[in-house]
Amino acid sequence: MKKILFGLILGGVLGAFDGMTAWFTPAVRPQIIGIIIGSSVKGLIAGILIGWFAKKVNSLPLGIAFGLVVGLLLAFLVAATQPPGQHYYFEIMLPGGLVGLIVGYATQKYGSSELAPVTRA
Amino acid sequence: MNWLSDEAIARLQAAGTLPDASGTRYRIIERVGSGGMGAVYLAEDSVLARRVALKILDLPDARGELTQRLLREAHILARLEHPGIVPVHDAGTFADGRAFYAMKFVEGQRLDRLADSASRGAKSFPDRLRIFQRICDAVAFAHAHGVLHRDLKPENIMVGPFGEVLVMDWGVAKILASESASPAGVGTSPHAAPDSTAAGLAGQPSLANPVATVRTAHGAILGTLGYMSPEQLRGEIDRLDPRSDVYSLGALLQFLLDGRSPSTASTAPPDASTSTAQPSRAQSEMPPPENSAASAAPPIPPALAAIARKAMAPEPASRYTSAAELAQDVARFLDGMPVSAYPENLFRRLARLASRYRIALVLVLTYLLVRALLLFWLKR
Repeated sequence: MKKILFGLILGGVLGAFDGMTAWFTPAVRPQIIGIIIGSSVKGLIAGILIGWFAKKVNSLPLGIAFGLVVGLLLAFLVAATQPPGQHYYFEIMLPGGLVGLIVGYATQKYGSSELAPVTRA
Repeated sequence: MNWLSDEAIARLQAAGTLPDASGTRYRIIERVGSGGMGAVYLAEDSVLARRVALKILDLPDARGELTQRLLREAHILARLEHPGIVPVHDAGTFADGRAFYAMKFVEGQRLDRLADSASRGAKSFPDRLRIFQRICDAVAFAHAHGVLHRDLKPENIMVGPFGEVLVMDWGVAKILASESASPAGVGTSPHAAPDSTAAGLAGQPSLANPVATVRTAHGAILGTLGYMSPEQLRGEIDRLDPRSDVYSLGALLQFLLDGRSPSTASTAPPDASTSTAQPSRAQSEMPPPENSAASAAPPIPPALAAIARKAMAPEPASRYTSAAELAQDVARFLDGMPVSAYPENLFRRLARLASRYRIALVLVLTYLLVRALLLFWLKR
């Protein structure tokens, strides 16, 4: 699977799963749909960025580092936009960073390059 | 009173026993190995100013049979141009009547010595399997060109310093009949008809076409005990096809995995390592070294042991049909894919997938653990 598509799908799935874990927190359960959608969009954006990076740079350590940074950055933006007193930086950024790290690793390791196969004339 | 040191005397003696290559383009430097019918010498090609290996008969061959075999080997090598098969450069006869051929001088390590050092950690497990894949590639290429090696063993494999693998010593190779008819052709049938070498063709050695004049008495064994297929061991030359070499490859795989040659001690005659004798009853009934790969230490993955077992199945029909198919199964193992020799149940499949994706699995489990810890911490 192409790296950008792979990153997009994996980021979306992990983002949705990350949002669903909010169900275990009774205080935010009424907003669970919005959380899942927001988390999925965040995962999709992270997946595209990390997949694009993996396409440009073929390096597992750099891919992991880039995924971690993107995951932390997007999670920080989400946390920062919460109402005052409910930022939950640590609770949102830690799993968000981990999701980015996983997507960064997976796109480098399992995503296929987009080089055209060599064929004989 | 010693006028010369022992070392100098030994060197003079060695120089005195070197073949006389006068009148040729080669200057023989030293003897580097020996075989059943001749020896291999390091020499310098004075025309191209490069080092070559010369395989030369030990003695002038009055009857011409050994000369035929040597030149036949050179012709076989000449038709097998492959990175995994040692290339032949020249062939001819010295002034004293001894036939020779010149080939690339391979600087590297024999597989048996490499595996010995590998057991001490010099080569990792996947590295050894990749060497085995290259051996399979070369043998598959030879099969595609209608040639059976018939004496595949660690001593006949050289591994170069850059990982290049060369299959050596094609002295007992067999030409399949369909290829003998069209020497330039590239056959692909893995089960071509038996050759004419068993039929007793007579003739004088000839540089023009030594292949057609070599004969092997019907029922004679050519090969090495422990690495020969059961049908080869029984002298059933008519039955030999690529699956016989597949058996030898299986024995090689086992050797690469556990560093031990397949056991022959209980049944082999004491003086037979490379045998050309008629098969005895005991030899013919020698059981294949089945399951020996699985019992070796360090532990061999069951799928890999199954690959070796399938390659060394007593009946040719139960083996891989070709060296390429065997190599593909090894490649699937290296890629963490299921192999044809090892049927998987659900538990084995899960274990293989967990092994294949272990880092991804660890990351996901870490994520879940962090999530669980966060929930626990929030609820406090």
